[in-house]
Amino acid sequence: MSTNWEAVIGIECHVELRTASKMFCGCANEFGGEPNTKVCPVCLALPGALPVPNSAAIEHMIAAGLAFGAEIPAFSKFDRKNYFYPDMPKDYQISQYDMPLTQGGTVRYWLEDGTMKACRLTRIHLEEDTGKSTHAGSGDGRIAGSTYSLVDFNRAGVPLMECVSEPDIRSADEAVAYLEALRRTLQQLGVSDVKMEEGSLRCDANVSIRPLGATEYGTKTEIKNMNSFRSVHRAITSEIERQIALVEKGERVVQETRGWDEVRGVTHSMRSKEQAHDYRYFPDPDLVPMEIAREIVEKVRASLPELPHARFERYTSQLGLDVKQATQLIDNLPLAQYFDAVVAASNNPKQATNFVLGDLSRLANEHETPVHASPVTPEHLAELIALVEGKTINSKIAKELIERMWRGDGSPKAIVEKEGLAQTSDPAAIERFVDDVLAANEKSVADYRAGKTNVMGFLVGQVMKASKGKADPALVNGVMKRKLEG
Amino acid sequence: MEIIERSAAQIAREVNARSLSARDVTEAVLARIDAVEGEIGSYVSVLHEHARAAAARVDERVDAGESLPLAGVPLAVKDNMCLVGTRTTAGSKMLEHWRAPYTATAVQRLLDAGCVPVGKANMDEFAMGSSCENSALGVTRNPYDLTRVPGGSSGGSAAAVAAFEAAIGMGSDTGGSIREPAAFCNLVGFKPTYGRISRYGLIAFASSLDQIGPLTRTVEDAALAYDVMAGKDPMDATSIDRAVEPTATHLRTDLSGMKVGLVKQFGTSELGGEIDAVYRKAYQDLQALGAELVEVELPTADYGLATYYLIAPAECSSNLARFDGVRYGMRVDGADVHDMYEKTRAAGFGPEVKRRILIGTYALSSGYYDAYYVRAQKARTLIARDFERAFAQCDLIACPAASSPAFQFNAKSDPYSMYLMDYYTIPMSLAGLPALSVPCGWTTPAGADRPMPLGLQLTAPLFKERDVLAAAHAYEQKTQHAAAHKPAIATVGA
Repeated sequence: MSTNWEAVIGIECHVELRTASKMFCGCANEFGGEPNTKVCPVCLALPGALPVPNSAAIEHMIAAGLAFGAEIPAFSKFDRKNYFYPDMPKDYQISQYDMPLTQGGTVRYWLEDGTMKACRLTRIHLEEDTGKSTHAGSGDGRIAGSTYSLVDFNRAGVPLMECVSEPDIRSADEAVAYLEALRRTLQQLGVSDVKMEEGSLRCDANVSIRPLGATEYGTKTEIKNMNSFRSVHRAITSEIERQIALVEKGERVVQETRGWDEVRGVTHSMRSKEQAHDYRYFPDPDLVPMEIAREIVEKVRASLPELPHARFERYTSQLGLDVKQATQLIDNLPLAQYFDAVVAASNNPKQATNFVLGDLSRLANEHETPVHASPVTPEHLAELIALVEGKTINSKIAKELIERMWRGDGSPKAIVEKEGLAQTSDPAAIERFVDDVLAANEKSVADYRAGKTNVMGFLVGQVMKASKGKADPALVNGVMKRKLEG
Repeated sequence: MEIIERSAAQIAREVNARSLSARDVTEAVLARIDAVEGEIGSYVSVLHEHARAAAARVDERVDAGESLPLAGVPLAVKDNMCLVGTRTTAGSKMLEHWRAPYTATAVQRLLDAGCVPVGKANMDEFAMGSSCENSALGVTRNPYDLTRVPGGSSGGSAAAVAAFEAAIGMGSDTGGSIREPAAFCNLVGFKPTYGRISRYGLIAFASSLDQIGPLTRTVEDAALAYDVMAGKDPMDATSIDRAVEPTATHLRTDLSGMKVGLVKQFGTSELGGEIDAVYRKAYQDLQALGAELVEVELPTADYGLATYYLIAPAECSSNLARFDGVRYGMRVDGADVHDMYEKTRAAGFGPEVKRRILIGTYALSSGYYDAYYVRAQKARTLIARDFERAFAQCDLIACPAASSPAFQFNAKSDPYSMYLMDYYTIPMSLAGLPALSVPCGWTTPAGADRPMPLGLQLTAPLFKERDVLAAAHAYEQKTQHAAAHKPAIATVGA
């Protein structure tokens, strides 16, 4: 990007809430399934059917709002957004217009270099998802040339949160970091699966550019059809470049909706905003206005877990983790909770980080079992850390032990005691091991003394082998060096 | 008394006592329907087999020792209410062949109480109308004069009960659609407090106004049906979670201690001398029963019609969007989906429905919303407050149920003159109040060769259904107006 320009980006996300049933009926809220098997008179909008709100979805909204520091107004209501669309059964969407469940708030996120950023939220409101259309007869599933369409209403009526940000984002990197923070937070609150690949997280970006230092906004375009964080990054980057090129050529950006073409790597014009819909919003007369009891808000607030940005700050500034380590843990909440338990039991965050993100994560990958579900309890790992800390065992033994703990051998302390694996730090014993090895390897000794000092490693290894790994490697090194050079 | 002429209360008593079977009642009513439907046209569908199966179940339950509040009572279900497996048309071509896959809560409660559904009753399309002439699926005639309309929109249910083709008719009332046809057909028609009876399974016209209620030949029957239907339904978020006071056990024979308000703005002198006299007599009779008459004011009631014709069309414009040809009902193919929408809706909806969708769409449009919809909501609040003030001075309000007796077909060719029929019923609907029409006398319209019934409307504060029904019962028992004339159709038992 030219250094003369600044991008201004706002992001609109639709997030399907995780609830047992749909927003306004008792049908299962589950991804997939045979078409039109999770439907009833209500979500098919049969004549006479009426919506009844799902209180779990409303509590999820309150949780999300509180997590982002939003205001939860005392009153809220549902409105109808009227427009015709074949996969929207009522031909209106129950949504929220002027009294959403949450107002304002801030998403705190961090960049790869650890910089903390904040993006203000305009609002988060609750609505219902639509069904899905499949266009048939054209061979490629596209609407152009298709001869008929099939509609699956399994998704119709799934509770959907719309989260609108202020235009506080300044780059594609920030946009992705913002989305990651949003996803982590909603996932850790348990309010959504937030899976872009299953459509439970969908987002559009409003992008404009302006001269660096300007305060006025430029004309924005809305980018749609981005189906991964990677495509969000590519699409925003491409759109910023397109807008800069246009403006630098002396042309103007047109306010419009543009679709991201994943294959060609460009955005293309979809429809101009000029013919804006008149959605004829009005309060839904089938639903009574909601009074959000303060006790419910406080109950939800009390049940909020530690939020990702707070955890990030704790890990990096209190526990000394680097950005990558902290992010890796925060993106895997059960692992982070496991890590917290190890830290609590061992009081050694450095070793806890090494073991949890090192050996344990490697074993977890090899065995395709998450660390928290393995037989290695945080207490046993803390024991192991204590054994290493106290130099009772060396790192080689530690590695062996952790493999055995993964296999279910239990307390490392018990293993060490039972099998006599404690490190040998007795100088006399180590001297004996060294003397034996030197006597048995005269050629290597001669090589060393002739200047081939790299045989040292081999000789130390022989000592370790002779001691069954129990000799303290640091002591062995010292004694060996003294004997060879003395 | 012939079986078909008996009240719901009487039928239920006899069936529960096993001196009469639900099957016999059902066969008698089905025979009556087959005999008079050609003249009356109450029903869009007659449910011969459905009714026989339901009657058999009622007889089994009674034989097993159950006592059912409405055992064996033949029921006409307005065709905007879902009954599983039956065609449910809302009087529209749009749904001419649609079969409901589920049953409305209010219908189910009546069935559980022993009612036998004998037919789906004709109505103004999507309940929009005051004469039943807006049905796309047939003509219904007033049993008291076949050249006249039965009223609407619940005209089929009213005609069916008046012609002894059912003992209870289910109606829905948005601006008077139960009370006006009741007045036209010499019946009791009761619209409870908004939210008292579940709307689940009632095809919506205007959601904030629609309310189900009974049309019956006696007040006691209306009370029995109300007691069964009323109460919270988890399927309807607007249904009221509040204990329902039984009414049928609390009917009265006098009005001592009650104050009845007469509305200063609702004078009857302009309705014509004979009609004026009927209402004056009705008010005197209320006094004679022990009521104290007081004058009350409803200064904003005159805005009722204008308010109603913004709110109801606004809601209907959205409620009727779902009839788009995609999932059910009529579909007229088009070049693309939008062409299909347009052709389907052009062919499926009648002129009055289209008119209201247009008015409502306009009223909700950006730039007009505040001037029309929001203003109408404010007016609605003012009207409700007028009633609150009036009810500080009285327990009930008495006034006419309709602006005239039943009129002849095609007499109200311009929409506005038809809308005026609901002048007296709309304010109560806007305020959500319980209101009932009870027969109060007869008048012979100019050129008619027989007298037509008139209805007295009694309105109570929110949730005071018991007061309305108790007072209407006292008035009905004293005056016996309904019995003064018989329907003009084939004599019962002939």
